[in-house]
Amino acid sequence: MENQATYNYKVVRQFAIMTVVWGIVGMLLGVFIASQLVWPELNLGQYFHFGRLRALHTSAVIFAFGGCGLIATSYYVVQRTCNVRLFSDGLAAFTFWGYQLVIVLCVITYPLGITFNKEYAEMEWPIKILLAIVWVAYAVVFFGTIAKRKVKHIYVANWFYGAFILAVALLHIVNSAFVPVSLWKSYSAYSGAVDAMVQWWYGHNAVGFFLTAGFLGMMYYFVPKQAGRPVYSYRLSVVHFWALIFTYMWAGPHHLHYTALPDWTQSIGMVFSLILLAPSWGGMINGIMTLSGAWHKLRTDPILKFLVTALSFYGMSTFEGPMMAIKTVNALSHYTDWTVGHVHSGALGWVAMITIGSIYYLIPRLFDREQMYSIKLIEAHFWIATLGIVLYISSMWIAGVTQGLMWRAVNADGTLTYSFIDSVKATHPYYFIRFLGGCCFVSGMFLMFYNVLRTVFDGKPVNAPIPAVPAHA
Amino acid sequence: MESLYLLIPLSVLLVVIIGALFWNAIRGGQFDDLEGPAHRVLQDDDRPDGRAPHNEGDEEKNN
Repeated sequence: MENQATYNYKVVRQFAIMTVVWGIVGMLLGVFIASQLVWPELNLGQYFHFGRLRALHTSAVIFAFGGCGLIATSYYVVQRTCNVRLFSDGLAAFTFWGYQLVIVLCVITYPLGITFNKEYAEMEWPIKILLAIVWVAYAVVFFGTIAKRKVKHIYVANWFYGAFILAVALLHIVNSAFVPVSLWKSYSAYSGAVDAMVQWWYGHNAVGFFLTAGFLGMMYYFVPKQAGRPVYSYRLSVVHFWALIFTYMWAGPHHLHYTALPDWTQSIGMVFSLILLAPSWGGMINGIMTLSGAWHKLRTDPILKFLVTALSFYGMSTFEGPMMAIKTVNALSHYTDWTVGHVHSGALGWVAMITIGSIYYLIPRLFDREQMYSIKLIEAHFWIATLGIVLYISSMWIAGVTQGLMWRAVNADGTLTYSFIDSVKATHPYYFIRFLGGCCFVSGMFLMFYNVLRTVFDGKPVNAPIPAVPAHA
Repeated sequence: MESLYLLIPLSVLLVVIIGALFWNAIRGGQFDDLEGPAHRVLQDDDRPDGRAPHNEGDEEKNN
């Protein structure tokens, strides 16, 4: 209790640094599996085979990089906006070490081929249980801090973070229902089409609540703070939140178009996916318009460039997503690399950029520095990252549409025009461009790592004092 | 098909819970002031040691 007068920045620092570290690990893995698609001889034995490393790549970037970024920023935002120290320092430390342990266990087990065989949920049951415990601890710390807040109003960013925490807990628990057969093998409690529907209810809501709601919480705090302007419309941000929360849960079936899932369920998925465009764009416009009156800052502030470009990609991918959920479009795009491009426009453009911008905002504040060691390096990072994304998504668009068109092409006599390997050959150059895009993006992360290290070693870890609650709040 | 017997009740239950939360938040006065909170976040000076130049005023002149 003796340090009640300061905020707990220690756990924020730990998660913030690990965000950068896991970002590099996850993106290097991505570049490696991208090169395996260009040069198949790089599939070095069973442990480093594409099939195993791909799961490690997705989990590392989503849950290790994205997750650490979300937890770091949520711990920072909830303390600053509630004017109170975290609910429990011990429990917060437990969430850090527990979460890192979960990640390390995944890094070990996935290449060994130990898998639950569900996309984005490949961890086997002992790790699933550990993650559930850590996540509940995280929820207790977060909501405990909200409960003891000194400010009556709960800032909108906390609503988004709160929804993200609760929804992920629910999704993880329902989708993980397992029947263990040994220490490292279990089977899903569901089967067949039921299993597929539960998986994509989980999968799409992971996109909705982990990769969208969580990062929107980040956006609603760091964009106004970095721009020095209040949210364009606070009222719209509240509408954005509730509209998103009420509609997201139903969009999952669009992952199962033209499968054994009942037709009408697919159509419901499509309709709700289209409805989602409205709140998504409302939020995107709200975020970008926050800069009104501060547009000139974009010229000189690369952190703001990251945040605003992230919002632009959020707008792009939330337009592209509903379009791809339309069944006729999906007939072309499904199972092609267009989907991969779409995911990365969201993952690199939105998730990674908003996280990178927020971490650049946080690091100097956590280490008692006025600003990052080098603003020029942030600027360089911004441009190399943007170039990487453009290479990545444009090559995957072309590759995806090419594949879709070749697969469906038929001759006059009804036979297929192309064999599958023809489409693989046609895709090969685009895989190389995608590999180059990935190289750009990960080299930006190395610049960031260097910049962060220099800032950390120039500064010293601080726990900021809690200011008195302003009387007019 | 059977998955719907789990997922539809679950979703309906969620909507009810979310609706109750929403109602409670309105009743609790969370949304009475939809201007102030946006500004309050900016007033919280989180720069280290508070000695860093605070250029809020300069910005106003530029606009």
